[in-house]
Amino acid sequence: MAEPALSIRGLTKVYGNGFQALKGIDLDVQQGDFFALLGPNGAGKSTTLGVVCSLVQKTAGKVTIFGIDVDKDFAKAKYQLGVVPQEFNFNQFEKVLDIVLAQAGYYGMTSREALPRAKQLLTDLGLWEKRNGSARMLSGGMKRRLMIARALMHRPKLLILDEPTAGVDIELRRSMWEYMRRINQYEGTTIILTTHYLEEAESLCRNVAIINNGDIVRNTSVRELLAELDTETFLIDLAEPVAEVPTIEGFELHQLEPTQLSLLVHRGQRLNDVFKALSEQGIEVVSMRNRANRLEEMFVSMVEGSGQGAIDQRVASSSDETKEVRA
Amino acid sequence: MNFSQTLIALWTLVLKEIKRFTRIWPQTLLPPSITMAMYFIIFGNLIGSRIGDMDGFSYMDFIVPGLIMMSVITNSYSNVASSFFSNKFQRSIEEMMVSPMPNWVILSGFILGGMARGLGVGLIVTVVSLFFTRLTMEHPLLTVLVVVLTSALFSIGGFINALLANKFDDISIVPTFILTPLTYLGGVFYSISMLPDFWQGVSMLNPILYMVNVFRYGFLGVSDIPVGWALAAIFAFIIALFSIALAMLERGKGIRS
Repeated sequence: MAEPALSIRGLTKVYGNGFQALKGIDLDVQQGDFFALLGPNGAGKSTTLGVVCSLVQKTAGKVTIFGIDVDKDFAKAKYQLGVVPQEFNFNQFEKVLDIVLAQAGYYGMTSREALPRAKQLLTDLGLWEKRNGSARMLSGGMKRRLMIARALMHRPKLLILDEPTAGVDIELRRSMWEYMRRINQYEGTTIILTTHYLEEAESLCRNVAIINNGDIVRNTSVRELLAELDTETFLIDLAEPVAEVPTIEGFELHQLEPTQLSLLVHRGQRLNDVFKALSEQGIEVVSMRNRANRLEEMFVSMVEGSGQGAIDQRVASSSDETKEVRA
Repeated sequence: MNFSQTLIALWTLVLKEIKRFTRIWPQTLLPPSITMAMYFIIFGNLIGSRIGDMDGFSYMDFIVPGLIMMSVITNSYSNVASSFFSNKFQRSIEEMMVSPMPNWVILSGFILGGMARGLGVGLIVTVVSLFFTRLTMEHPLLTVLVVVLTSALFSIGGFINALLANKFDDISIVPTFILTPLTYLGGVFYSISMLPDFWQGVSMLNPILYMVNVFRYGFLGVSDIPVGWALAAIFAFIIALFSIALAMLERGKGIRS
C-alpha cells in the first residue's frame, strides 16, 4: 500500500500557558483523498495543521508527509506541501503577480518555470487581469483565490486548505469547489480541508475526522458518518396559516410561523404518511426542505455528546442552502 | 534544496527586499539624503568654517566619513527591523516558513536586503557630500570593506530586534535610545583625542567608534584607534550576532508558537 499523504502519530501540543491543544492524536490521510478535518473553534484543527506546516512547534509526536519525516528532512517534506491558511498572510502592498512569483522562488523555481505556471493559475482562478495591481485592492474572495494560486505554484502533492471559503459568497464558493474538485480528481492532489460550512465537507470530501478538545472523536468516511444519522428535521411551508399544531401519530411537529412547521423524521419513517395525514386534516403543503444539512446535524450531536455544551449554531446567510455551525 | 535552488530562493528574497524599499523610496531613500545635506550645510559649512581644522583636516572633510557611516548604520538596521517585523505583523513570514528555504537563507536574504539599502543610502549621501567637498580616498579597499561589514553587522542587529519585537514601538526603541546616542558619541562630529582621558577610555567601549574611525581612516588616512583591532572586532561581532540570530530563528523565537 502506498505511503499515506499525511501520517500523524501521537501528536501532542502544550502551549506555553499550559493549555494542551492536542492530546496525542493519530491521523492518516491517504494519497488522492479529499479529507475534511472538522471541529468547533479551539478544538485543535489549526494547531494540527500548523504543526504539519511547521508554523507551530509540536511538543511530542511524529508527522510524515508521503513517508518523509518532517523532523528528519523538512525541506523534502515541504516540497510536497501547499498551504492556504485561514487568514490572509501575504504582503498586502505587493503586486499579485509578485506574490505568486516570490513563492515560486522560495521553492527554487526559475522565473522561466514560474511565469507560465503563475499565468495558468491566475487565469484559472480569475486573477490574471489583476496581476499588476496591489493585493490590498482585491476583494476578500479574490484574496482567498490568490492564496490558493500561491499555494499551488510549486505543484504540491498535498494541499492544506484551512477554511478556504470563509466569507466568500455562494456563487464564488461553488466555483472554488469546482476548482478544488478538479485539482483533486485530475491532478491527483490530496486535499485536506477544514471548514465551518459542513455542507462544503459533505459535498466535497470522501473522508472526515472530527476533532474536539484536542482529540480525534471520529475518523471515518462521510458516507458512513451520514449512514449513522438517525433523525432529520424538515421545514414545511403551508398554503394557509394553521390555528394549532396538527397531530400526526409517530411524528413530532412544531409550529415555527403561522404557515411553517418543523417536522422531526426518524430513520424508517415515511414522509408519505405525513403528507397523507396533513391532507386528511385539510392542510395544504406548499414546499418542504431540510432545516440543516445532514452532516451538520451529525456534527452537532457528536460535539455536544463529547461535552462541548455551547454550540452556537448560526445561519451563515439568508439562503437556506448554506448553514454554518460555530462553537 | 540543491545549490542552484538555494541561490534562487536567496535571490528572490533579496530582490523582494530591494523592491520593498525602492517602492517606498520617499520614506527610505529620500529622508536620509535631505537630513545629511542639512548636516553638511549647517555643521560642515556654516559652523564648520568657524571650528577650523580637526586632526589636520577641514571640519567638513572630517565629518563626511562619519555622516556616511551614520546613514549606513541607521538604514541597514531600520530596513531589516521594519521589514522583518512587518512580515511578522502581516504574517507574510509564513510564506517563507512553509517553504523549504533553510533558515540561514531567510536570515541572509534579510541581511543582504538591509545591506542593499544601507549601502545605497551611503552612496547617495556620498554623492550629496560631493556638492560640499572634494572627497579623496587614501585606502579605497579598506573603505569599502569596512562599510560593507558595518552594514552587515547592523542588518543582523535589526533582524534580532525584529525577532524579539512584539509591537511596532519595539523596533524604534533600539535605534532611538541606543544607536543614535552611540553614533553621535562615536566620533562622527569630533576626534576623541579632544576628550579628557577618562572619557576617551569610556568612548573606547563604544563599538560604533571603531567603525567610524576605520572608515575615516580609509578616506583620510587618520584614525584614533588601531585599524586592525577595529576590523577584528567587527568580524567577531558579525560572527557572534549571526550565530545568535540563526539560533533564534531555528528555535522559532517570536515566529513559531
